[in-house]
Amino acid sequence: MKLSHDVVIVGSGLAGLRAALEASQYYNVAVVSKLFPLRSHSGAAQGGIAAALANEEEDYIDWHFFDTVKGSDYLGDQDAIELLVNDAIPTLYELEHFGTPFSRTPEGKIAQRKFGGHTKHYGEAAVLRACYAADRTGHVILHTLYEQCVKNNVKFYNEYYAIDLLVKDSIVRGLVAYDMPNGRFVAFHSKVVMFGTGGYGRAYKITSNAHANTGDGLGITVRAGIPLEDMEFVQFHPTGIYGYGILVTEGARGEGGYLLNNDGDRFMKKYAPKVMELAPRDLVSRSIWTEINEGRGIDGKRCVHLDLRHLGAERLKERLPEIMGFCRKLVGVDPVKEPIPIEPTAHYSMGGIPVTVDAQVLADGINKKVEGFYAAGECACVSVHGANRLGTNSLLDAVVYGRRAGKSLVRFLNENGTVKADFVEDQYKASLDRVDKIKNNTGNEKVSYLRTELQNVMNEKVGVYRDGKPLEEALEKVEELEQRFKNIQIDDKGSVFNTDLAEALELGNLLDFAQHIVAGALNRHESRGGHARIDFPKRDDKDWLKHTIALRKDDGSLEFTYKPVVITKFQPKERTY
Amino acid sequence: MKINLRLFRYNPETDKKPHYQHYTVEAEPTEKVLDLLHKVKWEQDGTLAFRRSCAHGICGSCAMTVNGENMLTCEALIGNLKKQQSITIEPLPSLPVIKDLVVDMENFYAKYKIIKPYLINNSPPPPTERIQSVREQRIIDESTWCIMCGACSTSCPSNWSNPDFLGPAALLKAYRFIFDTRDEGAEERLNILDHGDGIWRCRTIFNCVEACPKEIDVTYHLSQLKKAIVTREI
Repeated sequence: MKLSHDVVIVGSGLAGLRAALEASQYYNVAVVSKLFPLRSHSGAAQGGIAAALANEEEDYIDWHFFDTVKGSDYLGDQDAIELLVNDAIPTLYELEHFGTPFSRTPEGKIAQRKFGGHTKHYGEAAVLRACYAADRTGHVILHTLYEQCVKNNVKFYNEYYAIDLLVKDSIVRGLVAYDMPNGRFVAFHSKVVMFGTGGYGRAYKITSNAHANTGDGLGITVRAGIPLEDMEFVQFHPTGIYGYGILVTEGARGEGGYLLNNDGDRFMKKYAPKVMELAPRDLVSRSIWTEINEGRGIDGKRCVHLDLRHLGAERLKERLPEIMGFCRKLVGVDPVKEPIPIEPTAHYSMGGIPVTVDAQVLADGINKKVEGFYAAGECACVSVHGANRLGTNSLLDAVVYGRRAGKSLVRFLNENGTVKADFVEDQYKASLDRVDKIKNNTGNEKVSYLRTELQNVMNEKVGVYRDGKPLEEALEKVEELEQRFKNIQIDDKGSVFNTDLAEALELGNLLDFAQHIVAGALNRHESRGGHARIDFPKRDDKDWLKHTIALRKDDGSLEFTYKPVVITKFQPKERTY
Repeated sequence: MKINLRLFRYNPETDKKPHYQHYTVEAEPTEKVLDLLHKVKWEQDGTLAFRRSCAHGICGSCAMTVNGENMLTCEALIGNLKKQQSITIEPLPSLPVIKDLVVDMENFYAKYKIIKPYLINNSPPPPTERIQSVREQRIIDESTWCIMCGACSTSCPSNWSNPDFLGPAALLKAYRFIFDTRDEGAEERLNILDHGDGIWRCRTIFNCVEACPKEIDVTYHLSQLKKAIVTREI
């Protein structure tokens, strides 16, 4: 079956919805999503969205700019960051005007709280910058943007799982998707495809991410012969619930929570004397691992404590109701009475599909564009987060760059018209053949076991601290799993809602870019932001102040090229907090 | 412990009618019902279909009926169930089944759209945020917790007997906007609710309150809507 639209947006989180809202005013837009939009993982974001509104205390755009650059360990592109922080304030007011039910200050303005790495006076102390709705900030923004899409009659194809991009001669032709409820495959013929497909936390065993977060957009991009940027930079959120990885918002520390080791010591005073628990995530996660490695984990376990007891029941109920709820329900811990055992959890991908500041995907990662292909949000690398993202900058990135993508693709259609490039029947057929092969393969490997092996090796060897030898072992393991994946067999041969097939395709995607993460980490001989090498413990601006562009070649090997970092205002300095 | 699972199965491509299939899995009381479904799917029978995503109660994908009660399976601790060693899992009641535990929620979403689920305010916005006091925000706060999982509406006997009833989820969403001080669409929404398939079909049975995984007092909010329709005062 073939469908035709001017624009196909893949993903219905914040980036996809904001782009859809923009573009659907002018063109025939379809949003294709593997989930019903309100199930998207943007909705799991808890603590806030950054903007220097100065509603609660003095704050400036320039401080936000500096903090984001420093937080990125100077790998963020400063032109893109400047656009982000400048757009932050109008973006927040727009979200409020759309109806987002933010928490309020006593004057009735949008309430703001402290968050890691966001400071006043260029690093002196934490600042109230994170705009929030209790600990449901992503949830209320996701609902609000979806509501605006309903109001504006945006066309959705829900539970359509994207399979492959149709692209030839660097010109987009459309998308192949699996319509799960109706049990059929669909080709979208379109002039533009935009990805807002999110992250891939499910490459790891311990993750804050939803089951759906398998980096599908990245796998599709790799198969389309396009490189990925900075994939070695994976963010580990310091406070995942021990053993589960479920996120406890940084807002818990923003509200005054402590991190304690087995001696009951607020250990962050050693690592970040000025801002303590409100240091950026990379630094806090490393500190936690150092405490654990040096034997100060709780009762010898691989966890430390997040202590919120001193905040009091009333404040916890008002400011952090969701985490109170799931701590009690899921792990039987009442944060009013006892500390929460936590460990760092795979959370966010700083790297992704290389794009311009106008969200246009770069065919070579550097300056050659893929006509009609756009990406924004976590799946894209623009790069505003560099080597380490600050908390609350991801929702901001998704909305700001989602809108920029929408505006940018509208400009493209205004200038080039809506006549589509020829459909590529042979590619469509090849894509269906690939799926068919996975579905009918009769090997002896099981998808769930291969996935577990991948998640385990990523967790153990490509985590917070990395080292040459374990990375080499991880790379070998990934290559082995890629081979074994060719030998899988799935149980479900049906057409309708075949989640067995979908899980196999998801694993295929994970394996298509796992090599980019591991080999990228092995290749980068320095420590910067979220990438900490035991064998190369220092940041090396002389050799490594540059973005990695990793292209998978036909023989399966990776080719690395590099792109300079855009530095406009803030020269790299030593990074302490 | 050993758990006997009884799962609702229906494959539209091969089955004339639904049936139950039995599986045995090992699990701890600290595990969730969703973990049991994954054990079946990942270790025994990949053909089982169900929805899930976030696994911590915020995405709203995995609402099902467990031993006769609607709940999010990702939050349902096995140790908290009444019959732990014999667990029946069925799709949400009263909705058409697509496959196994996956239901067709189009009708549920269509009702959400009827009540105009978006802020209506045609006045030009101020240069900064619209001011809303802490007290005014609190009036709508609880209603914004809704994750649209469908546990309430599909547990409502009024909805079972009359599929055209808007149902608690859509009505709660109407409350969320009608009582938002920034919204100007109260009158038109109240008119949408003021009929036999609207708010008046709610018989205050409280099943919605018991089913809601976010612990929203749905019936209280619906009673405020009834009052608003009668008095035309917000």
